Amino acid sequence: MISWAENGNARFPETLEAIWSQVGRARRMGITGPPGAGKSTLVNELARLIREEESTVGILAVDPSSPLSGGALLGDRIRMEDRTADSGVFIRSMASRGSHGGMARAAVDAMDVMDAFGMHDVLVETVGVGQAEYDVVAAADTVLVVLCPGAGDGVQAMKSGLLELADVIAINKCDLPGADRLTSDMQEAVHLRTAGRDRWASPVVQCSAGKREGVDDVLAAVKSHREHLSDTLPDHRRQKRIQQVRQVVGEGLDEALWKTGGYGEQVEAMLCSGITPYAAASKVTQNLLKSAEENQSNELQA
Amino acid sequence: MSERRIRVLVAKPGLDGHDRGAKTVASVLRDHGMEVVYTGLHKTPAMIAEIALQEDVDVVGLSILSGAHMELFPRVRQELVERGLDHVLMVGGGIIPGDDMQVLEADGFAKLFGPGTNTDSIAEYIQTEISKRWAAEEAQA
Repeated sequence: MISWAENGNARFPETLEAIWSQVGRARRMGITGPPGAGKSTLVNELARLIREEESTVGILAVDPSSPLSGGALLGDRIRMEDRTADSGVFIRSMASRGSHGGMARAAVDAMDVMDAFGMHDVLVETVGVGQAEYDVVAAADTVLVVLCPGAGDGVQAMKSGLLELADVIAINKCDLPGADRLTSDMQEAVHLRTAGRDRWASPVVQCSAGKREGVDDVLAAVKSHREHLSDTLPDHRRQKRIQQVRQVVGEGLDEALWKTGGYGEQVEAMLCSGITPYAAASKVTQNLLKSAEENQSNELQA
Repeated sequence: MSERRIRVLVAKPGLDGHDRGAKTVASVLRDHGMEVVYTGLHKTPAMIAEIALQEDVDVVGLSILSGAHMELFPRVRQELVERGLDHVLMVGGGIIPGDDMQVLEADGFAKLFGPGTNTDSIAEYIQTEISKRWAAEEAQA
């Protein structure tokens, strides 16, 4: 089913209908951060702790596709091998297949599938670069950003925009020099964003996933964010679903107008008549809105 | 809509600590546009089949340099079949004597590639085989 979602197979929407009543029970966590920060290792350790609480775990590991060949080398499993032997853990690797937004949709679909099939916790992991990757983790209830010392200072992290997304910040490899500095930088950055405002102040937690230290603190921070969310969670999720619908509508319209609707030819004619691209775009938009309005009033009359 | 891509699992079963060949093949397949999952070292046949199931791969490629190929290849095949993955194309490579290759190929292995194989020919073989299978699937549906 996840493959259907990835390939845009028409069977996916029908099948989703059949399992839709089961979707929405899982706790969803998005994990992101720069390459090499230790995301996969941390995910592996988090999964171990969650399993100790008798919960099942679904992990979705997204890796970039090659922009040249479109192929991908999916290696996150290597750092999750302890979990492979565990039947309570389902791991799926996904290639980003270009940043066309399709990946974000397939990833959300994959999370829905894991959720429906009874995973108590669903973890999605992506490299923290690019809009599409942001969209993926943003679809989770809680976003965990993983940083480590030695990969640029705190300002770099602020620059990348990752912090705006973070509900919890983990400083991994905290035994390395510079970890304390990075931690206080991050605490300050969070403070700057939240001071005096009624807003969730993202906790900054040190850990060393490779040594199995502090991972329980990270999980505790994620849980406290979940508690903080508890009242607003349905609304939070509904907002994300609206985004999802908006995206699918956009893709559907794009396909209908440009691939089958003959708009390409119309616009070509308009441009040949010498008008600017903006004038042509505005004409197209107005025509579309007008016919949508006419349809609506026709429906009202009927 | 996004197109379908060939998904390959490259796996190292058993006690064999060298994966340069596996990584080389994995990179070549990636460069041919496939999505390659690499398992890392020391996997049991059951683990490999379980990963193949979770990742919904079209191809499983095994790399064995330890000499245990006559034991490991059939066991991976058996574990795959037990999980209903009969349709998965299996390929393999490593230090495998010619006689053994013949036996294994006759036993349901699609294809084995020994040392000195042109890496592109592995990718071409997989592409040809998988497009045949996909065409057959479409004809059925």
